[in-house]
Amino acid sequence: MLTPADIETLLLTFKVASLATALMLLLGTPLAWWLARTRSGWKGIINAVVALPLVLPPTVLGFYLLVLMGPAGAVGKITTWLGLGSLPFTFAGLVIASVLYSMPFVVQPLQASFTSIGAQPLEAAATLRAGPLDTFFSIVVPLAKPGFMTGAILGFAHTVGEFGVVLMVGGNIPDKTRVVSVQIYNHVEALEYSEAHWLAGCLLVFSFSVLLVLYTVLKTQPVAHPLK
Amino acid sequence: MTRIEARFQLDYGGFKLDVDLQLPSAGITVLFGPSGCGKTTLLRCIAGLQCPPEGFLKINGSIWQNSEDGVFLPPHKRPLGYVFQEANLFPHLSVQENLHYGLKRIKQNPEPVNLEQTVELLGIGHLMGRMPERLSGGERQRVAIARALALNPDILLMDEPLAALDFKRKQEILPFLSRLHQHRAIPVLYVTHAQQEMAQLADYLVIMADGREIASGLPADTLTRLELPLAQDREAATVWPVTIVEHEADYHLTRVAFAGGTLSLPIINAAVGTPLRVQIYARDVSIALESPAATSILNVLPATITGIADDHRGQSVVKLQAGTQPLLAHITQKSARLLDLQVGMPVYVQIKGTSILN
Repeated sequence: MLTPADIETLLLTFKVASLATALMLLLGTPLAWWLARTRSGWKGIINAVVALPLVLPPTVLGFYLLVLMGPAGAVGKITTWLGLGSLPFTFAGLVIASVLYSMPFVVQPLQASFTSIGAQPLEAAATLRAGPLDTFFSIVVPLAKPGFMTGAILGFAHTVGEFGVVLMVGGNIPDKTRVVSVQIYNHVEALEYSEAHWLAGCLLVFSFSVLLVLYTVLKTQPVAHPLK
Repeated sequence: MTRIEARFQLDYGGFKLDVDLQLPSAGITVLFGPSGCGKTTLLRCIAGLQCPPEGFLKINGSIWQNSEDGVFLPPHKRPLGYVFQEANLFPHLSVQENLHYGLKRIKQNPEPVNLEQTVELLGIGHLMGRMPERLSGGERQRVAIARALALNPDILLMDEPLAALDFKRKQEILPFLSRLHQHRAIPVLYVTHAQQEMAQLADYLVIMADGREIASGLPADTLTRLELPLAQDREAATVWPVTIVEHEADYHLTRVAFAGGTLSLPIINAAVGTPLRVQIYARDVSIALESPAATSILNVLPATITGIADDHRGQSVVKLQAGTQPLLAHITQKSARLLDLQVGMPVYVQIKGTSILN
């Protein structure tokens, strides 16, 4: 059975994932829009940076974030100066790390949807008196709905499943940064296989359901990573 | 009545557009030319969908672009209507919602917008609840035209709106377009490379090639200019505006008047006084020095030769004037020599066939 501590880790995990997904949509949408429309030479570089977490070992990303956000790091100095303290081993630090780690899973489906809409509907809207922002909300958002759904689901699910980054920047602090994947690791370390089974089962069912929704309801093309 | 001034210069490595146009602010102006001649780019520049580095555009007294002063009105602030080659309806909105998309965004509305009249004119009332994917190509294009017209724009830009349709669908829409400027005083700029559409619709004609305007004017004058390749073409023809004067029901004929005479045409089901366009192909016109006394051809007109051009295939293009209307005849160079045709000679033209365009 799930212990109260396990349930707490589950709740914390979903809290981190929800907040991170909301932030990724907020930041990822303009980024994906820019990437889909720009002809700037920066496009390739930004694309590579966004996709980096797909190929980088999570521990590497986590290590750099730890250094950057730590009291001696550039980001850490700013947050300390602002009176926010240093971010590693806090809930906020965990959310920020999750956003960076799962960003490609949100940006890439969005970018693909935006690209597939093409210029034509945008031009039609412009000739019908709709300004750029108006066009974005009245035409692009409804037409890119599958991209938003796919991005949100993948981003959320991927954040739920993260382990390496959490361990590096979040640690293992109950109620603050101890998420499901870390808790499973703790159970296995303590040879509590029955507890580990329960939590692992929960994640398995969750992940399978998410992918099922993706491929049946939203009809996303199955790819290992939504790189294209 | 020149109310549209458009000057654009752009150079996209290989493709150049360099035009300086003065266009009438009424009726249908057809921009005619082969694919790749820059007519669509010109239309996009007028709409502001493309921003050429050098440009000046003045429509009915208001300046939409003046690169010298850095003036560039973005497309959504230009009071225009645009009909794309593909209807380009919003796939997530019903026909009704597509029609209302622009209407909702017009802030000040000086004239009552006549959406109902537009819907009726284009015969799309029964489609209102449908989604674009459940429309035929012709229906989609009619909705797109209505969507642009409903805004009561200062100018309507149409980019080959019939090119993606088959012959039957074209015939379904062309009458609407012809009727359009009888109902509304909106000037239309119509891009096409189809000669038939051009002949049927043009009140004013701009011929383009390689990013430049090579000729412009009234269709009858422009189509008969000997220096243009169009005059040499097998499909070379002139278009005359005519009016029905009399029906000869017994013979199934209708007599129409043009500026300088009359023609007999196969009977037309329209009232006396109705204006029409008649297309006369150069290959259907032959020349005689004297009035042929006995001939089965009904349409024999006195005319004067105003120009002759020979091609390299044994053909002569003869330009004539009947009354005040110009006319082309394609004859063999041998005939031209035997008859010793000269500019200024009075002759008779026999017109073997005509086609009525509306």
